[in-house]
Amino acid sequence: MIGRFRRVTKGLALSLFMMFAYAQSAVAVELTMYYPVAVGGPLTKVVDGMVAEFMKANPDIKVKAIYAGNYNDARIKALAALKSGQPAQLSVMFSIDIYELIEQDAIVPFDDIVETPEEKAWLNSFYPALMGNGRTGGKTWGIPFQRSTIVMYYNKDAFKEAGLDPNKPPATWDELVSMGKKLVKKTGDKVDRWAIMIPSTGYPYWMFGALTMENDQVLMNSDGNKTFFNATPTVSALEFWQELGDKHGIMPKGTIEWGTLRKNFLEGRTAIMWHSTGNLTVVKKKAKFDFGVAMLPANKRRGTPTGGGNFYIFKKTKPEERKAAMKLIRFLTEPKRAAEWSIKTGYIGTSPAAYKTPELEKYVADFPPAAVARDQLEFATPELSTYQAGRVRKLLDDAIQSTLTGKKPAKDSLGSAQTQSERLLKRYQ
Amino acid sequence: MSSAHTTRNQVYGWLLLTPAAILLITFTHYPAIATLAQSFFSTGTVSRPSKFIGLDNYRSMLEDEVFWKVLENNIWYAVGTIPISIAIALLMAVWVNGKLPLRGLVRMSYFTPTILPMIAVANIWLFFYTPEIGLLDQVGALFGFASHNWLGDTDTVLGCIIAIAIWKEAGFFMIFYLAALQTLPPELEEAAKLEGASRWTFFRRVTFPLLMPTTLFVLINAVINSFKLVDQLFILTKGGPDNASSLLLYYIYEAAFSFFDQNYASTLTVVLLLMLAVIAIGQFVILDKRIHYR
Amino acid sequence: MTAASHSATLGTPRRRRLKFGTVLETGAAWLLALLWLLPLIYAFWSAFHPSEYATRFDLMAPLTLDNFREAWSQAPFARYYLNTFMMVTSILIVQFILCTLAAYAFARFEFRGRDFAFALVLVQLMIMPEVLIVENYRTMSQLGLVDTITGIGLPYMASAFGIFLLRQTFKTIPKELEDAARVEGCGPLQILWKVYVPLAKPTYVAYGLVSVSYHWNNFLWPLVITNSQTTRPLTVGLAIFSAPESGVDWPIITAGTLLAVAPLLIAFLLFQRQFVQSFMHAGIK
Repeated sequence: MIGRFRRVTKGLALSLFMMFAYAQSAVAVELTMYYPVAVGGPLTKVVDGMVAEFMKANPDIKVKAIYAGNYNDARIKALAALKSGQPAQLSVMFSIDIYELIEQDAIVPFDDIVETPEEKAWLNSFYPALMGNGRTGGKTWGIPFQRSTIVMYYNKDAFKEAGLDPNKPPATWDELVSMGKKLVKKTGDKVDRWAIMIPSTGYPYWMFGALTMENDQVLMNSDGNKTFFNATPTVSALEFWQELGDKHGIMPKGTIEWGTLRKNFLEGRTAIMWHSTGNLTVVKKKAKFDFGVAMLPANKRRGTPTGGGNFYIFKKTKPEERKAAMKLIRFLTEPKRAAEWSIKTGYIGTSPAAYKTPELEKYVADFPPAAVARDQLEFATPELSTYQAGRVRKLLDDAIQSTLTGKKPAKDSLGSAQTQSERLLKRYQ
Repeated sequence: MSSAHTTRNQVYGWLLLTPAAILLITFTHYPAIATLAQSFFSTGTVSRPSKFIGLDNYRSMLEDEVFWKVLENNIWYAVGTIPISIAIALLMAVWVNGKLPLRGLVRMSYFTPTILPMIAVANIWLFFYTPEIGLLDQVGALFGFASHNWLGDTDTVLGCIIAIAIWKEAGFFMIFYLAALQTLPPELEEAAKLEGASRWTFFRRVTFPLLMPTTLFVLINAVINSFKLVDQLFILTKGGPDNASSLLLYYIYEAAFSFFDQNYASTLTVVLLLMLAVIAIGQFVILDKRIHYR
Repeated sequence: MTAASHSATLGTPRRRRLKFGTVLETGAAWLLALLWLLPLIYAFWSAFHPSEYATRFDLMAPLTLDNFREAWSQAPFARYYLNTFMMVTSILIVQFILCTLAAYAFARFEFRGRDFAFALVLVQLMIMPEVLIVENYRTMSQLGLVDTITGIGLPYMASAFGIFLLRQTFKTIPKELEDAARVEGCGPLQILWKVYVPLAKPTYVAYGLVSVSYHWNNFLWPLVITNSQTTRPLTVGLAIFSAPESGVDWPIITAGTLLAVAPLLIAFLLFQRQFVQSFMHAGIK
């Protein structure tokens, strides 16, 4: 009896061992990747789908893709996982997290990983404007993935109703104001439809980056250790933003919620909204009226910051993991996949080659708004990104909000933000 | 015999206590002390290891405008939430304790917010507050009010947050009052009726004073909660606009997990601990009194 | 108004005022009840109707279950349920054991430093683990417990509230019962198990319900300590699922919200009396 029992256990142990060994050989590398979502639609499904496709094509690599919330959450969670010794080999994180990640010594530059000339060429295959936030000190740290610019969505029916040409959206600040005054619809004192809404919660500094660029002013230097919050064009950009509500009465006063804005637009409560191009596909699906997409209007020039998430590879990785991570990143940024991603979300296809794929070519031909964000890249600048990014960003966000809510004039709020950011950045200069 | 008995008692007592004590010390007493210690050090990064900096964190805290703003908000939050939620709770308890038609249903409605997670209902409240399309504005429009940007206006945003806290807490506090009301002898009310006292006089002269211990207990709970209840901020405002709705615990979270400045967060936590300590001492005095009553 | 003046002719002025007052009071009580239920009512409205009706109220709006289907497929709710369930039960079981032992020590044993130890326990009533997220996170990462269910539960397992509650209950149990058990040859643990625990059953139920609803709804600490969906409880999963950054889509969010609160809400509706009495019981102590 006992002998039989022993034999059985032995057999069991052996087969278990075999299974284990088999599993080991089948999955040579296991990757954990965190990623954020900051726009609407079932994006997690799209990412999961592409990752599943990758695993099918590469059975020796197992990828755990973890949706971690917004950009902030993704950074927090990925870094927290690293610090507490949990696996994470790569992540999609905010393109502007770069300095913070370098300071934490968390990531490796891609230059240290690419080997063949072909791979080196791949590094240069993306739109240069999208590399702005991914390169510093002569090295490439981030590969563009879910990248966007700010575009202007407008309700063509509202334009017609106001007696405006629905195919001529405002191209300058002055036009924005003059058309805006026609677009506002009121019954008595009550506004039924606003002309424009620019979101000022969530990512106010990002929207502000567009306004300052249009005023021909950047917000920081490329080393990420200097800000220009109190420069004259910066101040007048904020004044313009505030006047849209206060003086011209074409935008609601106070701050405008990033998350609910899309609903306001879809409900026809505003004729124009500025928002990430990442919302395009959802708006297309849900809008019950004819809508258009245009580049942001110019003052001294056109301008928008790029936005969104890049791929980073973490430093604490084994060589074979780095290789597998590279494989995954290359797979997900392949022109074909970038095109699919762009069609399903509205994000920019990250390389010119993506727009040459038949799928995206046809999509753009049928639905021209899909190309606006890409065409706008020509005027795009990197997004606000500095050392101590979280703090500096909050300083600017607070300044913007205090002016928009009428608490402080632009000059004062931006002035004090600049003083404080100088104090924070002093030790990085 | 007796001494052997007491020794055994000693050993048993401590043995029984040990498992709980280990966890309590690890996650309450030790971290409280460690927080204090950490507040004297700088936050380390890879290139700049943490070092002793004395009171520097406290100095930058005192210079930090956001800190003062958050502290002020927290005081307003407490002042706004505590009296109103206690008053509503008392009213609810009196109603539900009386002869109200559909009493069970009403009691259930009052109590429901207690078992709903704040984080889940925050999104629904977001709908109430959203300008133009939100419920508050839609109802307002029926009466001809212009739409208001409830969460986007620094003057109203904290009020909105307070309203949610009141909604969440009143039903919970009601329970304590209800329990206390049910222990009051019914003869009291009959006697008062015979003497012709109005219900209000009776409430003011008899019920309310008798409920005093409960009120104190609820009060302490309410004060603690006014430092602890910050979940709604994560969905609704993230502390904005311009920190107008940020609260101390939320700022601590931000400092530690968004700015990665754990030691500054520790410094802020020390302030929070100090305030809780003051309340604790207050409670000790009050609890002492309650025991005397018994 | 006519009804009120009609009754005025029937009763004395005093009775009339009372009646009118009662009607007014009843109305106010109902109104408040409605107000208090409003968020839940809206959640039901929005979750069961197509998205066009999310901000528009029309009694003839068609009903649908699509939002639930959509929410269920967009986030791993099944996993979140499992995580929350495992977290809540593991916390509850350990809490029962630890608090029972400690409460027994405080209630029935004379040992040196008892009062001081008790005071130290009560400190936790004031300084809840929520306040110490920064240091506790550090500790958890040293213990390697970040992103584990144990990590979520551990700081709450030795609950001062539970110890306090059970101690009060144990103290009310007559010593004679214990003496009788001792005569039968029971040791201290047997006495605890055979005499104290059964008699304190109502307290266990009360404390259990309070603890379950607290941890089912807890957010801040789980948010900090979990990283992935294999550990995230419902609250954190829901917060991430419905983060306003991704554009608020109320029908789907409210459907997700209802999914998340359903078990507790249904339990509450079924055992309403028990819930209310448990919270009362826990509150009086």
